[in-house]
Amino acid sequence: MAKVLMKGNEALAEAALAAGCRFYSGYPITPQTEILEYLSWRMEDVGGEFIQAESELAGINMVLGAAAAGARALTTSSGPGFSLKQEGISYLVAADLPAVIVDVMRIGTGLGDIAQGQGDYWQLTRGGGHGDYRTIVLAPASVQENADLIYKAFDLSEKYRHPVIVASDAAIGQMIEAVEIPEFVDHDIDKFDWSIKGCKKGDEQRKIQNIYYTNPDYEDYLRDKYSAMEAEEQLYENIMVDDAEVVLVAFGISSRVCREAVQVAREKGLKVGLIRLITLYPYPVKAFEEAKNAKAFLTVEMNILGQMVDDVKLATGGKFPVDHFGSIFEIPETEGIIAKIEQMLKDVEKEEA
Amino acid sequence: MKLKAPDTVTFTQSGFCPGCGHGLAVRIIAEVMEEMGLSEKLLAIVDVACGSLNIDSWRFDTIMAAHGRPIATAVGVKKVRPENPVMAYIGDGAAYSIGMAETMHTAIRNDNVVAIVINNSLYGMTGGQCAPTSLPGQKTTSTPRGKDPKKCGMPFNIVDAFSGLDIAYLSRGALSDPANINKSKKMVRKAFEKHMAGEGFCLVELLSPCPTNLNMTPVKSVERISNEMVKYFPLGEFKDKKEE
Amino acid sequence: MATEIICAGFGGQGVLTAGMLLINAGMEQGKNVLFYPSYGSEMRGGTANCAVKISETPEEQIASPVCKHPDIVLTMNGPAIDKFEGRLKPGGLLLVNSSIVPDDRTYRDDIKVVKVAATDIAKELENPRGANIVMLGALASNSDVFTAEYLREAIDSFFAKKGKNNPKNAQCFEKGAEVK
Repeated sequence: MAKVLMKGNEALAEAALAAGCRFYSGYPITPQTEILEYLSWRMEDVGGEFIQAESELAGINMVLGAAAAGARALTTSSGPGFSLKQEGISYLVAADLPAVIVDVMRIGTGLGDIAQGQGDYWQLTRGGGHGDYRTIVLAPASVQENADLIYKAFDLSEKYRHPVIVASDAAIGQMIEAVEIPEFVDHDIDKFDWSIKGCKKGDEQRKIQNIYYTNPDYEDYLRDKYSAMEAEEQLYENIMVDDAEVVLVAFGISSRVCREAVQVAREKGLKVGLIRLITLYPYPVKAFEEAKNAKAFLTVEMNILGQMVDDVKLATGGKFPVDHFGSIFEIPETEGIIAKIEQMLKDVEKEEA
Repeated sequence: MKLKAPDTVTFTQSGFCPGCGHGLAVRIIAEVMEEMGLSEKLLAIVDVACGSLNIDSWRFDTIMAAHGRPIATAVGVKKVRPENPVMAYIGDGAAYSIGMAETMHTAIRNDNVVAIVINNSLYGMTGGQCAPTSLPGQKTTSTPRGKDPKKCGMPFNIVDAFSGLDIAYLSRGALSDPANINKSKKMVRKAFEKHMAGEGFCLVELLSPCPTNLNMTPVKSVERISNEMVKYFPLGEFKDKKEE
Repeated sequence: MATEIICAGFGGQGVLTAGMLLINAGMEQGKNVLFYPSYGSEMRGGTANCAVKISETPEEQIASPVCKHPDIVLTMNGPAIDKFEGRLKPGGLLLVNSSIVPDDRTYRDDIKVVKVAATDIAKELENPRGANIVMLGALASNSDVFTAEYLREAIDSFFAKKGKNNPKNAQCFEKGAEVK
């Protein structure tokens, strides 16, 4: 398929259809609304079902029903709306249901504002709803990845019978780039034994509920499920990491600027690399093995609290200084990142002396 | 008179209290499904409250959805499997309190799902708290001095709330005595007939006894339905949209 | 490094279309392109605007969507100049719509200012909505991003794909390209 120019949100919506998604229910909230608007007409074109729900709560619980019935189902939101989805995400996990949820991240806390942000990291990676769970989280950094990762999200969610979250952001959602939409595939709603379809006489009744009620080995089952995700699904891109003294760690919109910062730093003779995360959970700890000459790590995130710093410390065994370059109102700039790196290198030198 | 229950009733040991109305509702639904030839097709969505125990009481493919959300979940199911009958089975707390928005908007859209609402005038699973359907003066664990309508409002009547809405069917029956149980069954059957004809949202409310949380004998708790509840919750068919 | 362009003006003057035409032309050459609409805090201030980036080579990746120091600012009205002239790189190109902006307006002396009577030219050519195309002609002939010939054809093919090519667009473009 040839490349076309598309807005990030619309490319994501189209690629979801390509993946066989035929059920969507969502609620308007900026900056994800173009996904809802696009699917309001396009879903009908491909013979699927679109519902503008009365709330995020209704939307996610409709998705739960559609997923239980065997469909590839999607809901999308942003910031405060994504928080409301948490009830349903937790229930999807508890019932072993595949579904895809998109958070087009926006700035802030409470209402926040409509500009891009990366302040949902904790909510995304720690399981934001009731209890004892996590979900795979994919973080696209371009319009093409918006398409590719939503496409992959449906496969992953079925592989593990577990919801998968795609964490885009306002900048990726609003920008237009050239994109190749993946090939359309058909999804058969009857392909799963477990999906509800009507219980034939003599068949075992299908129950979609807390797996705790139905799986006597549930503790081991859950441990195995998360272990498998952590072993098999780490995705990342390492850029000039092997000889880097300062390693940047970033995802999404921030990682694009970091890529440029690495290039500029190298031109200045600074040994800088970048670990670009594609999965936020499972955290790509394997990526850090390549950082053999690292002296310090710097997370670049569009939040104030440096939400990812702890994960970098865990991934590096707490052996290195880990700092945070945060901005919330503006997308971080290369000059600022370079200045921060130079400062860090000085600090490291001092420490060594 | 038929004495054998349908095959879709499992007779596994249920968690229902003696004198509870849920068992009657299960039987009515199972019989209607058998009579309509839908036993192998029904997709049921239960709430997490007392009605959730039905997931083991019947042999229909069933989702246990989040509290208050079964009607929304049913809408999702129906869109994916339009050929199957799809029923949300919930209590009055789910339908008229935490899930009010879902109930209302499903009615506004006239989505083609059946909702069976068991109204026992209180929160059963959590031990008998006040509900929007509790009667004035009713003593509950959260209104120990009696429900004060000045604080909590009058009992919520779905018929009033749906008065301007263009839904397929709305009725109220009572699981109080054989005559009313038979009437209730006819209402459930009519709801499913309209549902299968694609007419839209059908809601049947069933007044149901809860002797445990009312601190009454089973007999007293069904007498309460006839003597007190029907004053606030009149029985009958309130919307019966004719097919166009 | 990627070329950074800001297009700005009143809503309805076609500045977003101008941005789309530019990235389409870049994409057709196999370059990486990015278009970022005015959004969030960028939206305040009465102008519609978009940021456009076009890579130098197909390999070069585009970083931030924000044009902090653009190479070119295409403006269709006065407020757009107020807002974006200061951001231009030294030596950058400022395209001014002299049909609307007073002639005695003063500009930075370290940038190249090209005045184009875009609204008048479009009107004369009976293509009143083509003022943005006139500007793109001037952009092509006064910068190295695209040759005038290539951009003119890319614009035509963009509209042709949408089934609504107007032959007057090419005339508008040529008139704009004559301004130096």
